[in-house]
Amino acid sequence: MDVEQTVLPGIGLRHEFTTRSGRRIGVVSHRTGRRDLVIYDPDDPDRACETVKLNDEEADALVELLGAPRIVQRLNALHREVEGLVSVQLPIAPHSPYAGRPMGEAQVRTRTGASIVAVARAGHVFASPAPDFILSGDDIVVVVGSEDSTAAVADIFASG
Amino acid sequence: MHNTAILFLEFGAVVLGLGILGALALRVGISPIPLYLIAGLAFGTGGILPLATSEEFTATGAELGVILLLLTLGLEYNADELMTSLKGNARAGLVDLVLNAAPGAVLALLLGWGPVAAVAMAGVTYATSSGITAKVLSDLGWIGNRETPVVLSLLVFEDLTMAVYLPVLTAMLAGLSLVAGAVTVAIALAAVSVVLLVALRFGRYIEAFVASPNSEVLVLKVVGLALLVAGLAQQLQVSAAVGAFLVGIALSGELAEDAQALLAPLRDLFAAVFFVFFGLQTDPTKILPAAGLAAGLALVTMITKLMTGIYAARRAGIARAGRVRAGIALIPRGEFNIVIAGLAVAAGAHPDLGALAAAYVLILAAFGPLAARLVQPLLVRVASRA
Repeated sequence: MDVEQTVLPGIGLRHEFTTRSGRRIGVVSHRTGRRDLVIYDPDDPDRACETVKLNDEEADALVELLGAPRIVQRLNALHREVEGLVSVQLPIAPHSPYAGRPMGEAQVRTRTGASIVAVARAGHVFASPAPDFILSGDDIVVVVGSEDSTAAVADIFASG
Repeated sequence: MHNTAILFLEFGAVVLGLGILGALALRVGISPIPLYLIAGLAFGTGGILPLATSEEFTATGAELGVILLLLTLGLEYNADELMTSLKGNARAGLVDLVLNAAPGAVLALLLGWGPVAAVAMAGVTYATSSGITAKVLSDLGWIGNRETPVVLSLLVFEDLTMAVYLPVLTAMLAGLSLVAGAVTVAIALAAVSVVLLVALRFGRYIEAFVASPNSEVLVLKVVGLALLVAGLAQQLQVSAAVGAFLVGIALSGELAEDAQALLAPLRDLFAAVFFVFFGLQTDPTKILPAAGLAAGLALVTMITKLMTGIYAARRAGIARAGRVRAGIALIPRGEFNIVIAGLAVAAGAHPDLGALAAAYVLILAAFGPLAARLVQPLLVRVASRA
């Protein structure tokens, strides 16, 4: 699927794409923060037959409705595809032997076979952290692997 | 003291009257510009209600209106957008220039008004009103349409052309010799290039200087800078309006949005005063004789704008209905055309030029948006049948 981006001088940006059923939809992002959800006329593909103005709050609500269930669906699908694969969130305790040390020193993948895919810290998510990423207490490490290997990772972070 | 009282009474009555006219225009769904012009005609010499003392005050207000109109126009675009639009749409922009400048110039030459008036009339018929067109696009829900970027980049191209055209016109109106005129134009071109370069490379520093979390400080700094540069430009015979436009372009990003929002009420007030002032200067008894000529010119330039839009949209791969919409959206003329005619009248061009330009803009500022409204349902029907 190709999303087309067009600059609207003086107004902002427009993104649009065609759905598999042949309908064209787009979003006009005004510089003021306003968003227009645009649906194109099937008879005249250049004309917006419906334009729905959305403020920040409404745009967020729409994103959540369309986006959140999709992410859960995709995670579930991932789990179904690879039998026995789980993702767990492991909190790093402040007294963990790895708090304040580079993540690579734990040698998680070599020792257990599980992978660290992200670290969440104070509301921020660091996706695919490098081995020199310094872990600290209260970080939440997202690990993907088998049930046994993720449990082993939890042991490593708890007691070395 | 007595004079001040009369000044306030007259000026207050005019502005209040404009407010009422604006409300009327809003209700009918047309641009208020033609109504402001008519109000100016009524208050001017030979009108129904000639003003006694406030004309000089109005004149200064009108000058400020032009500066603010161009400053806010410049704020709307950033240098990146101007450069992309220049690269991608140069050919459509040139077609627009040739097709729409020619009718005004040819008419002025046929009337025997001379080359200077021809250049001024070329500008009057060339520029689409970006203000009215933007309003048409948003009122009719055309902003999401796929032909709209074509229309917008043509408007950007026109505005850039103005940055070159206005100094040329100013030089010609001042009656400068060929050499002096060439020097002025060279200065203007150099100034435009330098400002674009500075805005692209060092925009951050200007913004750092102007930026302020306090809206009062921001307004004072932006208006002060615009007036200073406008005065400097005028001193160099480059046209004050271009100076203000360049200041607007140099500022971009969040700062430009804030400044635009803060300056909008100020611009609306002084721009309205400007339109009234132009009406004041025009002799209403000359409007009717000019009306036939203006209507003919309006018809011809409606067709040329339509052709421009169809050509540009076709190049962008837009289907038939969208091409017509692009052309229709370009028809309205308004503030710029009056600014150009105002410059020409102030410099003492042919006396009938003001009346012709006023009648011409009256027709197209009112009929342009109306045409778009009328055509919309027709195009939907044609498209669904095809």
